[in-house]
Amino acid sequence: MDALISSLYVFVLATFLGFEVIRRVSPLLHTPLMSLTNAISAISLVGSIVILGEQKSTLTMVLGALAVTASTINVVSGFLITDRMLKMFKTKQGGPA
Amino acid sequence: MTRYSIELAYLVATALFILSLHWMSDPKSARRGVFAGVAAMLLGVAATWAKPQILHHWWITIPILLAILPGIWLSLVPLTAVPQRTALSHAFGGLAAGLVGTAKYFYWIGHEPEMLTPFRMTAIIAEIILGYLTFTGSLVAAGKLQEVKWIPQRPWTYKGQVFVNLGAFGLAVLLGVVLLMAGPRNAESVLYPILFCVVIVLALNFGWMLVMPIGGADMPTVISILNSYAGLSAVAMGFVLDNKLLITAGALDGSSGLILSIIMCRAMNRSFTNVLFGAFGQVQAAKAGGEQKLYKAETIEGAAQILEQANLVVVVPGYGMAVAQAQHKVRELYDLLKKRGITVKFAIHPVAGRMPGHMNVLLAEAEIPYDDLVEMDAINGDMPQCDVCLVVGANDVVNPAARTDKTSPIYGMPIIDADKARAVFAIKRSKNPGFAGIDNELYFLDKTFMLFGDAKAVIGDLAKQLGGGGLH
Repeated sequence: MDALISSLYVFVLATFLGFEVIRRVSPLLHTPLMSLTNAISAISLVGSIVILGEQKSTLTMVLGALAVTASTINVVSGFLITDRMLKMFKTKQGGPA
Repeated sequence: MTRYSIELAYLVATALFILSLHWMSDPKSARRGVFAGVAAMLLGVAATWAKPQILHHWWITIPILLAILPGIWLSLVPLTAVPQRTALSHAFGGLAAGLVGTAKYFYWIGHEPEMLTPFRMTAIIAEIILGYLTFTGSLVAAGKLQEVKWIPQRPWTYKGQVFVNLGAFGLAVLLGVVLLMAGPRNAESVLYPILFCVVIVLALNFGWMLVMPIGGADMPTVISILNSYAGLSAVAMGFVLDNKLLITAGALDGSSGLILSIIMCRAMNRSFTNVLFGAFGQVQAAKAGGEQKLYKAETIEGAAQILEQANLVVVVPGYGMAVAQAQHKVRELYDLLKKRGITVKFAIHPVAGRMPGHMNVLLAEAEIPYDDLVEMDAINGDMPQCDVCLVVGANDVVNPAARTDKTSPIYGMPIIDADKARAVFAIKRSKNPGFAGIDNELYFLDKTFMLFGDAKAVIGDLAKQLGGGGLH
């Protein structure tokens, strides 16, 4: 029960913090923001690794392997495309932002 | 590694994720944000991998290696395809959550039914419903954005659709409640796992049925909502696995999606329910026998002459610019006008394009400095001083009917005041007055001149004309 309460605390606080931090992101960067948060929530890779690595049954391994694949695709493509887009935002001087 | 050092690594990763989003607030520090995110991810994965219960490392390495190439490939798509890539990644996120929830459920009923407390069951049910509905919903959204042949672009509607959709969702939740009330008794009867599978099937179906009736103009909102769901499904996974890193990272993603959905809804003056169940963008019944209004066409030469005389030119880009891939030609025109000492600004409506921020990325790709990309609220005050407003593939976001016509479906939506400029040039693909969608009053104003043709070709011709070379 204690674990539940502290997890709920973490969830509520993280949501409020997320609101405050993300409200400040300029609309200019909303597309890269979305691909970055995509990559961040692909932290579900961590959960998928646990499921797969524990090797508890054939079913969990098959589902876990699929989940690891899906999450890794998000991690790799999310971070790479965010950086690719951000590199393009330049000021008048022409130099990198 | 001990349990504490793993938890500590998770804590550092959480802090880095928050910093990563904090740095996104300014384009100057945004790339640092990506590096912080990557560092956090590596730390989180390494700490997890070091857990004592992870036994077979090869089994983890293989799917990761298999996923790297498709991941790189998906990061190299043309920027016009970013909305569908984003939708696809929401689908993967939802799928991963759904699969992990399914695996945990079946493992626990087979081996440790005492783990199926009502609380964990609530988390599992939330995880699979959110995960699987995000999966199919995002796949349909990606298909619509990619213009896949067998997925209709237009909203797909039928009578009673809202009730069928809500019915499917309600039934899934109801069965979920039955399962969570059963708790550890899930292992006692084969009926429960069957019910569990029924919930999965219902969630999968609800997802695609939810997105099918939604049209292209609403995609920015839908993508944001799906983004939020994908984040929340990761949160639910965190509760199932008792992993706080998952909970925080998922919550950050969830709140980001929620904020973007709110911004998108506000920018269209619509509510969530209206977007999800309103089937916006349907072909409107033509207003009965309305008088044939006439466009005034202008030649490229004439338009170029007027542009040369201007002091302030405001370009309003829309989805049409993305479709025509016209952003590089726009940049040529921008350079030529700048060279003549003309001030050129870009007016960006929050819902222009198919996802939040879509236009900014395309214009940045064409190397237009971001200080010249101005948000709607900031530019509207300057519109009366604007000599020429050039509308490139935008439509609803400059339609004055949003301010004046109470019968219009877009009434009340904040718009860019293109009609307040001294002259308006609107690029439009065809002269056909039977334009599907909403009639745009802007096109019929005295000061509006139409330039007919493909956006890329028209802008290219304008640039040639201004470049002094003439058209031929």
